[in-house]
Amino acid sequence: MAGRRPGRNSVAIALAVALLVVAPPLLPSYWVGLLTQMVILAILAMSLDILLGYTGLPSLGHAAFFGVAAYAVAVLSVRYGANFWVCVLGGILIGTLLSAVLGLIVSHVRDVYFLMITLAIGMVLWGLGHRWIPVTGGDNGISGIPPLEVHAGLPFQGPLALHYATLVVFLICAGLMRLVVRSPFGLTLRGIRENEGRMKSLGFNTWLHCYLSFVVAGAFASVSGVMWAYYNGFVSPTYLDLTASSELFLMVTLGGPSTLVGPMIGAGAIVLLKNVMSAYTARWLLILGIVYIVAILAAPQGLWNLRKRPSA
Amino acid sequence: MTADQPALVLEQVSRHFGGLKAVDGVNLTVRPGERHAVIGPNGAGKTTLFNLISGELPATGGRVVLFGDEVTALPPHQRAARGIARTFQITKLFPNLTVLENMLLACEALDARKLVMHRALGSYPDMMQRAKAVLADFGLAAFEQETARNLSYGDQRKLEVALSMAGRPRLLLLDEPMAGLSAGESTSMQAILTKLDRSIAVLLIEHDMDIAFAFAERVTVLHQGRVLTEGTKDAVAADPNVQQIYLGTPAQ
Repeated sequence: MAGRRPGRNSVAIALAVALLVVAPPLLPSYWVGLLTQMVILAILAMSLDILLGYTGLPSLGHAAFFGVAAYAVAVLSVRYGANFWVCVLGGILIGTLLSAVLGLIVSHVRDVYFLMITLAIGMVLWGLGHRWIPVTGGDNGISGIPPLEVHAGLPFQGPLALHYATLVVFLICAGLMRLVVRSPFGLTLRGIRENEGRMKSLGFNTWLHCYLSFVVAGAFASVSGVMWAYYNGFVSPTYLDLTASSELFLMVTLGGPSTLVGPMIGAGAIVLLKNVMSAYTARWLLILGIVYIVAILAAPQGLWNLRKRPSA
Repeated sequence: MTADQPALVLEQVSRHFGGLKAVDGVNLTVRPGERHAVIGPNGAGKTTLFNLISGELPATGGRVVLFGDEVTALPPHQRAARGIARTFQITKLFPNLTVLENMLLACEALDARKLVMHRALGSYPDMMQRAKAVLADFGLAAFEQETARNLSYGDQRKLEVALSMAGRPRLLLLDEPMAGLSAGESTSMQAILTKLDRSIAVLLIEHDMDIAFAFAERVTVLHQGRVLTEGTKDAVAADPNVQQIYLGTPAQ
């Protein structure tokens, strides 16, 4: 079962959450911002884990749903002056609907073909963000998204308020995703990853399960995109580009696919590396690449899976 | 469904790969509860025939009728829902899942709850009990928490058969369940097969003639994609054509 040793996961998560609750008031606002970034991207990385780690579908276009949801929030709030809940629900709905439509196209292909199609779809959406200037603002993106705590009318303001609001969203999403992967449906996803042919002959319509997995992952990516739009205050095509999707892919593989906890760690590690490194050098992507190669050699199953290595 | 309606009827079923006629105009009827062996030399088309029955491969000609319904154009999962289950000659398990998880998947397969996302699987005690009961039937209860890939080959073959029984099939296709087993393991597998519920129709591919004839009431001999002969085991055993393909032409 997923929780054969339930103790360890729970303890690690409880510690991490405690840290995210207790530490921010003691930290300078720059670091609070980084922690908020980590938490938002952890939601995104976990959502890709459902697809990549659990179902075994390697998507190189998963940032698309994140980006589209962020754009939806920007367009709704800046251009139409929509209220907070319209923006939040609109962003999640549009991102999820997009995954429901694109899922119809991609759910019948596997492996490298899945990778290629999701890559192509991601590039098309990036092109749209780049070129559909009347809506997306092109290269300039859209700025002026109100801060979440202001837009939502929270009684508290500032980075700390945003951080705690994000943390609540994260906890809800993480809880829901944990439930999904432990559900009867979640087990079927791992079955498809392990042996899709046998799943079919047992009586599963595997297309449907892959499709639902794609939509569920898209929905949580949209939540993450909505939070990101509020966190950053502006959106640009870089949210949709290949670097965004491959960084995301890296968070999952580096952290440990098919664990949910691993991708959280991966998201944290990459946000940290990226920000620390970019303070010293413009070539931080190079360093990220080296880290990735070392990780593949030393921990091919990801950091979080190191703890149970000698299981065979 | 009437009591004497056949479990399976094949009418002129064919599968051609380009010019190769792997299965060519096969007719076959299996009655409910029947024990039926399909034998034939290597390359006779036995496994291809199974793939046509279970839907892994579409037939290029003919009709497949399962409990009175034509299923020729249906995908495997829809045939499974109509009561067919199969095992594979080359073991097809979920290698990185535990034995219990393997069995839970098999139990979920024909259960509407397979799409439930908002409750933990552990909160359905009936599914858990059913999975454990099937494992116990096959002598695998001790390995519930073992990863499937770590089982011995003999236990993997048992799990292979156990998975196919979880959905309470009415027609079971067994593709060489004894292949590669040691003598002891083979005997215990034969004991398992003998104990299968008599209401299930079983179609068995087997290389070992002794095992095939001990198990089955009726035997179909395939040769080069065609049915060479079909009948009771005594009639088939006495057939000179069968002796010829297995033993060669008698010396003059």
